[in-house]
Amino acid sequence: MAAKSNTFGRVIEAVGLTKIYGDKRAVDGVTFTVRPGVVTGFLGPNGAGKSTTMRLVLGLDAPTAGSVTVNGKPYREHRAPLHEVGALLDARSVHPGRSAYDHLLALAQTHGIPRSRVTQLIDLVGLHDAGRKRAGQFSLGMSQRLGLAAALLGDPSTLVLDEPVDGLDPEGIYWIRNLLKSLAAEGRTVFVSSHLMSEMSQTASHLIVIGRGRVIADMDTDEFIRRASKKVVRVRSPEAAKLRQVLAGPDVTVTQLEPGLLEVTGLGAAEIGDEALQHRIAIHELVPEEASLEEAFMELTHGELEYGHADQPASAPASESTPRKAA
Amino acid sequence: MSADATVSVPRLDHVGRVTQGRVLASEWTKLRSLRSNRLSLLAAAVLTIGFPILFAWIVGSRWEQMTPLERARRQPLDVALSGVGIAHIVIGVLGVTVVTSEYSTGLIRATFCAVPKRLPVLWAKAVDFALVSFAAILPAVVIAFFSSQAVLNRHHQILQISFTHSGVARCVVGAAVYVMLSGVFALALGAIVRGTAGGIALFAAIFFVIPPLVDVLPASWSNAIGPYLPSSAGRSMVLLTHGPHDLSPGSGAALLCGYVALALSLAAVLLVRRDT
Repeated sequence: MAAKSNTFGRVIEAVGLTKIYGDKRAVDGVTFTVRPGVVTGFLGPNGAGKSTTMRLVLGLDAPTAGSVTVNGKPYREHRAPLHEVGALLDARSVHPGRSAYDHLLALAQTHGIPRSRVTQLIDLVGLHDAGRKRAGQFSLGMSQRLGLAAALLGDPSTLVLDEPVDGLDPEGIYWIRNLLKSLAAEGRTVFVSSHLMSEMSQTASHLIVIGRGRVIADMDTDEFIRRASKKVVRVRSPEAAKLRQVLAGPDVTVTQLEPGLLEVTGLGAAEIGDEALQHRIAIHELVPEEASLEEAFMELTHGELEYGHADQPASAPASESTPRKAA
Repeated sequence: MSADATVSVPRLDHVGRVTQGRVLASEWTKLRSLRSNRLSLLAAAVLTIGFPILFAWIVGSRWEQMTPLERARRQPLDVALSGVGIAHIVIGVLGVTVVTSEYSTGLIRATFCAVPKRLPVLWAKAVDFALVSFAAILPAVVIAFFSSQAVLNRHHQILQISFTHSGVARCVVGAAVYVMLSGVFALALGAIVRGTAGGIALFAAIFFVIPPLVDVLPASWSNAIGPYLPSSAGRSMVLLTHGPHDLSPGSGAALLCGYVALALSLAAVLLVRRDT
């Protein structure tokens, strides 16, 4: 566990990170690494612990146990933190009475960043007409853009963005996606949270999935999608029990929904049909159903949510084969 | 509308470290860039000058009708410093909100991401606010003294006192110091409580609610406690003549500084320890 041999340059590294508020385990023994050069998605339903984890990364909250470092050091120990990490935590982290320009200037001055950089970023995020307007008059989309300008102010090697597309219009979402990809392509570490699987699948190339404060998946997005969106086939057969034995295999899950009706995960409709023919089993119905990405994600995290009611902390680590329930 | 496919973030040649001086500059930008702050300071200065002129005019025009006893009780400095109390409230409320508005708006998270050691933010806020409130109130008290004296002078040359008269200059400057120190005290209270309503309530309790309660206590108690309250310590700086139970101006100033240091230390400990 303590082996931090490959702690090179630009990474976020959390080891056994835990945060308990009262009796609620908001973050529960989370271990992960965020690498540079790609967009890493931090995915989970609302209340899963994403924002808490990000606050822990930024030293805003102190962990109950475990540790997290940014570029090899706890965030608080950096001498020019805005150059290490740019953060967007809450689009409204702005005084409504202050102009965008003055807000950014005050942040820039803490690091001796010149005024020209402030104007440059206001232009970059598309706020040039509103730079002198009071931030209280901003729409949510404009606030998000201002938050991104603040995050980019110090030319950081790492970006930590909490739900940056939340409340944005399609144009804004498209703009942020491109921005994130460009930032990663420039070699920066981009760590971005979302509760929307579909959004993450279009932006992130690596995913860390969190549910009830625990990491339930940490893999490339392609692999996650392949695993999550397993094909499900419904088969009706008079010899369901026999068919079930025939189909059994290491990657195959068969559930009996009702007498004579099976739900098969891990095999295609053609494979099931061929297998049944070989064993001379009659099939009355064969319906392929593709679970959507969003459904698969919900299923994955829903199981996690239900564990919470049992009083056994951190007992069963959720595997990728969460039990399917009868429809 | 311009759907530019690639967004490139320009590189920054040099990024400096966070220093106390830079955080001072940052907090100064925050302080001056809010219209409500500018208006509060202006209001404090205007009231500090306006009340004495008004009272000087009233006293001057009613002088003929006043009894000898009433006339004897009027003190020239009471008129000249009659606006300080209201300035005290305005600056106190502003001091609380300088900190608490960061919490209520969520700005504090952006602030602490930029300055994760946090304490430089507290020191910078305290120093900037002390400077700006002193700079706003001192000229106002000086103007209030001379203009109220001028108004009284026009009415039968009553209640005249020279600025060089023993203790007068100390009272005038002391009034500005008192307002400044209690402003910083209020700022520390804001950092301790983190909520605007709670901070203002605490400030009002310490300076305006508790003192009259102590006066109700038996004399032996109130004489033992009374002079050491923050409000009494501050008032000793603005008294021309001191009674047997009043602290000397120097001790009062030192004691009030001690209260400010205590509040700031508590705020500092909590600021570093607490989650944001």
